[in-house]
Amino acid sequence: MSDTLSGLLTIGVLVVALVVVHVPLGNWMAKVFTDERHWRPERVFYRLSRVDASSEQGWRSYSVAVLAFSAVSIVVLFLLIALQGVLPLARGAAMHLDTALNTAVSFVTNTNWQSYAGESGVSPVVQTLGLTVQNFVSAAVGLSVAVALVRGLARSGGATIGNFWVDLVRSVVRVLLPIAVVGAVLLLLGGVISNLAEPTTITTVSGGQQVIQGGLVASQEAIKELGTNGGGYFNANSAHPFENPNALTNLLEIFLILVIPFSLPRTYGVLVGDRRQGFAVAGLMAALWGIMLTVITWSEVHSAAGPLGSLEGKEVRFGPWASSLFAASTTGTSTGAVNSLHESYSALGGGGALFSMLLGEISPGGVGTGLYGALLIAILTVFISGLMVGRTPEILGKSIGRREITLTALALLVMPALVLVFTGIGLVLPNVRAQMLASGPHGLTEVMYAYASASNNNGSAFAGFSADAPYTNLTLALCMLLGRFVTIALVLALAGSLVAQRRRPATSGTLPTHSPTFVGLLVGISLVVSGLTFFPALALGPLAEALA
Amino acid sequence: MTQTTDRPAAPTPGSSTATLLRQMLATLPQAFVKLDPRHVWRSPVVFVVWVGSLLTTVFAVVSPSWFAWLITIWLWATVVFANLAEAVAEGRGKAQAATLRATRTDTIAHRRGAGGVVEEVSAADLTIGDLVVVHPGEVIPGDGDVVEGMATVDESAITGESAPVIRESGGDRCAVTGGTTVLSDGIVVKVTTRPGESFIDRMIALVEGAARQKTPNEIALTILLTTLTIIFLLAVMALQPLAIYSGSAQTPIVLIALLVCLIPTTIGALLSAIGIAGMDRLVQRNVLAMSGRAVEAAGDVSTLLLDKTGTITFGNRRATQLLAAPDLGTEEITRVAYLSSLADETPEGRSIVELAALTLTDGERAELDEKTEQGCEFVAFTAQTRMSGVDLASGLAVRKGASDSVLRWVRDNGGQVPQGVLTDVDAIATSGGTPLVVASHEPGRTARALGVVHLKDVVKPGMKERFAQLRAMGIKTVMITGDNPLTARSIAAEAGVDDYLAEATPEDKMALIKKEQEGGRLVAMTGDGTNDAPALAQSDVGVAMNTGTSAAKEAANMVDLDSDPTKLIDIVSIGKQLLITRGALTTFSIANDIAKYFAIIPAMFVVLFPGLDALNIMGLSTPTSAILSAVIFNALIIIALIPLSLRGVRYRPSSSTALLRRNILLYGVGGIIAPFIGIKLIDLLVSHLPGMM
Amino acid sequence: MIIVTSFIRQSVAGLRALLVLTVVLGLLYPALVWGVGQAVGRSQAAGSLVTVDGAVVGSSLIGQEWKGEKWFHSRPSAGDYTGDVSGGSNLGHGPDLDAAVAERAKQAGIPVQGSPADALTASASGLDPHVTPENAAQQVARVSAARGLPASDVQRLVDEHTQGRTLGFLGEPRVNVLQLNLALQGLTTAATG
Repeated sequence: MSDTLSGLLTIGVLVVALVVVHVPLGNWMAKVFTDERHWRPERVFYRLSRVDASSEQGWRSYSVAVLAFSAVSIVVLFLLIALQGVLPLARGAAMHLDTALNTAVSFVTNTNWQSYAGESGVSPVVQTLGLTVQNFVSAAVGLSVAVALVRGLARSGGATIGNFWVDLVRSVVRVLLPIAVVGAVLLLLGGVISNLAEPTTITTVSGGQQVIQGGLVASQEAIKELGTNGGGYFNANSAHPFENPNALTNLLEIFLILVIPFSLPRTYGVLVGDRRQGFAVAGLMAALWGIMLTVITWSEVHSAAGPLGSLEGKEVRFGPWASSLFAASTTGTSTGAVNSLHESYSALGGGGALFSMLLGEISPGGVGTGLYGALLIAILTVFISGLMVGRTPEILGKSIGRREITLTALALLVMPALVLVFTGIGLVLPNVRAQMLASGPHGLTEVMYAYASASNNNGSAFAGFSADAPYTNLTLALCMLLGRFVTIALVLALAGSLVAQRRRPATSGTLPTHSPTFVGLLVGISLVVSGLTFFPALALGPLAEALA
Repeated sequence: MTQTTDRPAAPTPGSSTATLLRQMLATLPQAFVKLDPRHVWRSPVVFVVWVGSLLTTVFAVVSPSWFAWLITIWLWATVVFANLAEAVAEGRGKAQAATLRATRTDTIAHRRGAGGVVEEVSAADLTIGDLVVVHPGEVIPGDGDVVEGMATVDESAITGESAPVIRESGGDRCAVTGGTTVLSDGIVVKVTTRPGESFIDRMIALVEGAARQKTPNEIALTILLTTLTIIFLLAVMALQPLAIYSGSAQTPIVLIALLVCLIPTTIGALLSAIGIAGMDRLVQRNVLAMSGRAVEAAGDVSTLLLDKTGTITFGNRRATQLLAAPDLGTEEITRVAYLSSLADETPEGRSIVELAALTLTDGERAELDEKTEQGCEFVAFTAQTRMSGVDLASGLAVRKGASDSVLRWVRDNGGQVPQGVLTDVDAIATSGGTPLVVASHEPGRTARALGVVHLKDVVKPGMKERFAQLRAMGIKTVMITGDNPLTARSIAAEAGVDDYLAEATPEDKMALIKKEQEGGRLVAMTGDGTNDAPALAQSDVGVAMNTGTSAAKEAANMVDLDSDPTKLIDIVSIGKQLLITRGALTTFSIANDIAKYFAIIPAMFVVLFPGLDALNIMGLSTPTSAILSAVIFNALIIIALIPLSLRGVRYRPSSSTALLRRNILLYGVGGIIAPFIGIKLIDLLVSHLPGMM
Repeated sequence: MIIVTSFIRQSVAGLRALLVLTVVLGLLYPALVWGVGQAVGRSQAAGSLVTVDGAVVGSSLIGQEWKGEKWFHSRPSAGDYTGDVSGGSNLGHGPDLDAAVAERAKQAGIPVQGSPADALTASASGLDPHVTPENAAQQVARVSAARGLPASDVQRLVDEHTQGRTLGFLGEPRVNVLQLNLALQGLTTAATG
């Protein structure tokens, strides 16, 4: 079987699996977030943690709850990492405080940028009690915010957008945890380790020494992918054979990465009572994912001509096709896990991975973040194209006026502003330039990739860039924080503004937001807006490199 | 009195290219005046260009070069062109305002004080409630209602319509406008506005744009454009450190040129002109919008309430046939119908008199007229009795009116109603006509139903097509009529409206509007009577007829000077056109950026990375000419699009998807392609300039 | 002010919630997965370890460094297969990578032109347990010469240890170097013993 056929079949199987699963999962999530009753374990949880699960919240108090919970999470995780030396199983692991802060922010913001190496940087206690927990709850926060925005669109003339604690707990209990358990067991059976062994030095057949790592990897690996987190147990992330031993686990991991983001449009469609709306959003996500996958794969398979192929930074068991598939999926979902090193990709392949993030993580985006990111693009598109049919723009009967477009525009402005400003500053700072591995256009891409990854809460890296230094740790943490929470606050404010509006009935004069024309427009606008914003920078990075 | 429609408005600005060019040249000085930063600040996009121009000027002075000065000149030109667009749009309004102002010379008013003493005062001294006497040939000194008399008035000053109109006390034709001239007869007018706030004053302010405020959608769009500007500002500012890192620091002039090319200058420059022109297009159709907000809302209207009479049908129902009761000749009904309608000044009443007069001889008419002169009592139509007639001195009482009312009158007076009359009534009603029963009651006898007058409403030609268009636009039409449901349904079906409200009272109308609005729909309606005022105020787009009462005009947010209710459809189209023009030019503006990138980015960095020449797909001759060409294109496209922004993008009623596809193709795809061609052409010329090597 | 008090109140609630969630997600969930592993996938959970005569000599998933002419060599590694670190070279396409490749070719004594790509490129993990069948085939002559075995026997061994695509279409054909070398050692022992 040729590589091409194998690659296409792999993609085909993945797509079929997603198409099959998104219906029940999407419906299920819609049910989860509209269910009137609490499950017994949830009630126990509400009692134990004494949060008010009885009443719905307006957007302000929902936002306060999200921000308060996330702030507490950062503090707790930071303390856990900072104190890991005095906690059990320390193994001498220690972190500078700036690295610890960067790591805490990174996992709470669902970024999972790692300025440390998993093998030596964090203790098993931090891995399980800190990082695994945040892998769940940071994804749950994203999911909650997305659902709150959907409620804003679905409800007519209301004041509340749900209860954050209920959304959080249900996301964990009814969505993430069950799938993660199944995923973890399957990964484990595929060879992902799950043991309590210390790293052990063994003598190899040829007489050398080798350290065999241990750890509760399978449980963390499953939620790392499912929650679009991406923080590897080991430095090599999903390229490490203990995290991703073979082609089957690889496919499963990609599936886990994509399954919730691609199911959420269905949830959206069900919740707003018009499944076609969900298809349109899924269409946007799938089209962008397909385009980026094509660019990256084509570049990795073809442009890396010559005797070397493009196997530098790739595992033999995955090869260019499965590596590119992973790369497009992880950068399109704000996951950031890697099964190959993006920095060693061809200029266009690596540039494609970068651009995939710069689209704003909507192809299909992270858990929750993808849906609300795509809806922001939809609102922007509605605003421009709605005018062209001669009406005040509206989406699902909610008009996009001054307040709505302000919030949307600001939410879409945050990420480009962070990426451009910090890349610009970084490239002229001597200390940052000293941290770069590459020079010339590739070095520029390294730095831009880092800030794009942080600002988009992706977490993957052009790993040649040694980011573990105070300035970069702190600025990247700032990008992660602002990229995550400013956007969330604006999205929730938007939800509040939309939910208060009465829904206008659709007429034949209304711009349909489900037609193929509209989906084409969504794709066009997201490509053009990102392209125009980043073209000059990309021209000096990947494009200059590719055209050299 | 219905007026003619579809005639050109008073001062129609020329639309030919030559006229426009003349206008542009004439307003050029104003465009320079508008370079004042306090003015430019109002458009953030243009302001950025203004600041950029200022900076390049400084840089060009400090280190002069051909390139620097050429860029500087064209950046200033960009700002001037942006101002020019606005100035031209305003200029058209100013021309109209000047015509209006000419009529507002200081008028002498004859104020009737207490005790009927008439004194001469200046119109500027009139206050609300003053009564003024206006004689033929005099100019009415202020807005008000006619309280005595009836006159023909020349309103051409405001409507441009040369045919005089009739204004009379009472009813819905009592309103007169200051600045119009009484042609015949004398009237007494009660002043309803203070000087300086009159209709004509407001109209001048509106067309001049002095009262112009940014509309909600315009503000929202400005916010989006500002955000885009910020993004491009950041992208260009971040480019310099990237360029320094790469070893090819750019001159500020080049960076400013790139910035100006990227920010949405086209739409930023034309945005206010589009708004002004939208109002202007309404004025050209003789509609005065009290706010731009109302024009925008017109584009969103999803329910149109249309009065049947005058809008859907030819104004008035006319008597077309007199059907005598069985066993009676037509002579009696003709005589009685004539008699009962003599004092009936309604169009229907007059049409009965006219119809009857066709068969009566002059002698018979004189005889009948004489009867009324011998002393009689006219019974006026009221909403309660729903019939009118006359009680003669002889004791003979004649009535005509709504069938159930008149038939009850007959029965109350001991009469029998022949089956034939009932059959005729039903037949007429089913056919969509209005049956009026004519009856008489002689003293000492029982009352008799004499027959039925067939009043017929004729649906205007072409209405069905227009309603179909509206339906395609997603607008539901509701016909409002005082007719009974049967008649209403029949006419509704004939005209092709979606729904009707029969036997409508003002309360019903109000309830309907509220119901539609609760369902999230925007409602537009026309009205002229005082009792329409609450509904006009409640509706999202309320258009008062100029012939209407002051109360109606106050409550409405638009006034139609032609008093043509079908214009509502035009108003909706203009509202849509306004929004489409904004959307189309925004799309065009953003789409243009792609080509500009392909011109400027390779030009900036091709020395450093020769491979980037592959992006120079236009094959522009040199880096400097490429950048200059993009800047020139960016400036010229504003001029090129001024006509479009003034005229508005063509709006053809069709489904939103078809509309979207067409506009995306024209302005999106067109916006991508056009600058590639434009910049290339400019480069072919510009590359011969000095300093372009 | 209301926002601040509300923030504090919600933070306290959030802290309690986080603690409960930590118990569930940080303790119970990994414990559950660990328990299932112990029950149904003990070997995988432990790391697919390979033992020779009772001693662990490696993991079939983790590549090793094989020095000397008589072993099949693994791919170049940025971490030299020590196992305590993982990662790749992170070199992008360009002169630096070209130089690294030339250096690796010199080390391995093979030409840059004509050699299989994986023989001259470092993997992402630095622990790649596999080489391509072409890479293994290229080493057959050297290994068989060093061990004094017929090249055809060694090639047969390579063929036997060549794994096709999983399920016929997933992933790439590959040779597990540890298993190949263990089999090679067995073959050598059989031939000499």
